Amino acid sequence: MARFEKFANPTQFLRLQGFLQPWVTAITIILFVVGLYLSLFVAPADYQQKETVRIMFVHVPAAWAGLMVYTVMALSSAVAIIFRHPLADVAAKSAAPIGLAFTFLSLVTGALWGKPMWGTYWVWDARLTSMFVLFLLYLGYMAIWQAIEDPHRAARISSIVALVGFINVPIIKFSVDWWNTLHQPASVFKMNGPAISPSILIPLLVMGAAYSFLFLALHLLALKTEVNARKLRQMQLAEAGKV
Amino acid sequence: MKLIGENLVCERGGRTVFSGISFTAESGELLVLRGRNGAGKTSLLRMIAGLNEPVGGQMELQGGRDDEDIALQCQFIAHQEAFKPAMTVAENLQFWSDFFGGGDILDALEAFSLEPLADFSAALLSAGQKRRLALGRLAMIDRPVWLLDEPTVGLDVNSTEQLRQLMRKHLDGGGIILATTHIDLGIKETAVLDFNAVDDQAELTSIGEAE
Amino acid sequence: MKPVIAILKRDLLLAWRQGGGVGTAIGFFLTVMVLLPLGIGPDLGLLQKIAPGGLWIALLLSVLLSADRIYQIDYDDGSLEQMTLGPVPLELVAGAKAMAHWLSSGLPLAIAAPFLGFLLNLDTKLILPLLGAMVLGSIGLSLLASLGAAVTVGLRKGGLLVSLLVLPLYVPVLIFGISASAAGQAGPDISGSSFIILLAVTLVIVVVTPIASGAALRTFMR
Repeated sequence: MARFEKFANPTQFLRLQGFLQPWVTAITIILFVVGLYLSLFVAPADYQQKETVRIMFVHVPAAWAGLMVYTVMALSSAVAIIFRHPLADVAAKSAAPIGLAFTFLSLVTGALWGKPMWGTYWVWDARLTSMFVLFLLYLGYMAIWQAIEDPHRAARISSIVALVGFINVPIIKFSVDWWNTLHQPASVFKMNGPAISPSILIPLLVMGAAYSFLFLALHLLALKTEVNARKLRQMQLAEAGKV
Repeated sequence: MKLIGENLVCERGGRTVFSGISFTAESGELLVLRGRNGAGKTSLLRMIAGLNEPVGGQMELQGGRDDEDIALQCQFIAHQEAFKPAMTVAENLQFWSDFFGGGDILDALEAFSLEPLADFSAALLSAGQKRRLALGRLAMIDRPVWLLDEPTVGLDVNSTEQLRQLMRKHLDGGGIILATTHIDLGIKETAVLDFNAVDDQAELTSIGEAE
Repeated sequence: MKPVIAILKRDLLLAWRQGGGVGTAIGFFLTVMVLLPLGIGPDLGLLQKIAPGGLWIALLLSVLLSADRIYQIDYDDGSLEQMTLGPVPLELVAGAKAMAHWLSSGLPLAIAAPFLGFLLNLDTKLILPLLGAMVLGSIGLSLLASLGAAVTVGLRKGGLLVSLLVLPLYVPVLIFGISASAAGQAGPDISGSSFIILLAVTLVIVVVTPIASGAALRTFMR
């Protein structure tokens, strides 16, 4: 717990952030260079989908990252509610726009991939629909932050919203899957779990790591911005009190 | 300039709040409205500001701009400050200046020494500061009749003194002020309109209190 | 004219800075876009048929719900009271506020809607006619929604009541809007004349609603 308290101090955090930021950024760039090289030049084209299959290397990790960030957000919210850790709600708040961007990216690349595969940009396939609902959950979370003026109350209410959303995600996923099979037999593209070849799996995993580090880099930056914004607000409040 | 009210009757929700109120206030005069809660002090100010229609009696502003309503020659400072927390102090003042047709926002800031807060978000202001900001509009917008509803609520000693100076300056410049207040403003009031002393007031006051 | 422009500028600034603005409205729009296929089924042929109607109804609801608070906050914080003492009549104040609402909610929604139509497999030929009809129609939608907000401003829990009052008034805009959007399907003649009728309906609304809103606001302020 003592260690925890240390990072709770914004000044301590900013020092840690200053130390980590360049390293994390550098690793992110290296992972992306390697990952994109592997995906675009090394991995084989699919014999049915030809070169368009390469969209997968951008699309699938983006979807993973979208889900991962929501998990981070929900965990931070839980910490914020249970331990009242001062940095936790900052962490949740600053993660949301990044997660929204990843989810959006996965939706757009999914649509672009859909055109050659299904002949139309959008199909109400179970995965896409679930990702869409996740996108809406992000939007709602960000909207509630904006809507409440008092920062403490906003933090608490947003945490509740995030947690309820998080508990609902598996239920939504399950219901959408059920809805989808109800209407059409699963015929669209499915990744064959264990049969996936290493030449595809490795670039996919590298890209997954790249997205994770990208999130870390962006999140550190966003945390710094948010901590500074709060310090500014505190200083302004103190200043305004003197007038 | 002379503001005259004769035998004014005010009704709200079908009940008579007051009746038979008459007053006159000339240039340079401060008329203080006194009376118990619910006696109709605020209602009278709102009536002059055009927010309540009198059901009886008449009002007249002699020597003002005849082509304009009395309401348009009044400034009404009510309980609510009408500032947006999402905008800065300066943006808020600039809006009201543009809306009411001119006035330098610096005048409003200086009147209650709020200059250092100009670029701060209005959400950061304390209740007293918001009050000062609202009263600052008096210095910015040029209208001859001021209607002040409990202007000193929430003000500290310094700010009350600044308000006093502002009011004196307005009166010296030939303005008219009608104010409801419980405390002594330290300005020699020309007249006191005592709602409790008006005919039948005992009964009326009790009706008002039920509100 | 300066006070009117001041209100317009202020409301646009507030819409941009405060929560509950156009972002939330578009989010709501998207939510309806998800619920529709979930209720009807993912059959693309069927979705294509109902796409224009689905988009219009989502637009109606988004504009209506985003208008809920046009006057409420100004009423609560005393701004509306000060505006009543201003140099312009409340009719112009209402016009300016409705205009700001259209620019900050109605118009962006109307522009976004046809492009979100790809979610419902909208026929691409329909995008342009739908865009034109929605941009024009949304003026009327914003104004009528602002009228609903004006007649309920002094009431707590106005939300549902606004919907009940305003949705029936949306009928002409919806009918001629849909008809004007159907250019690719029903031939140019029908959509052309529908567009002109939609224009006429919009003009009537533009004239009537600020007057009605102004009268309603004046009643509540007194």
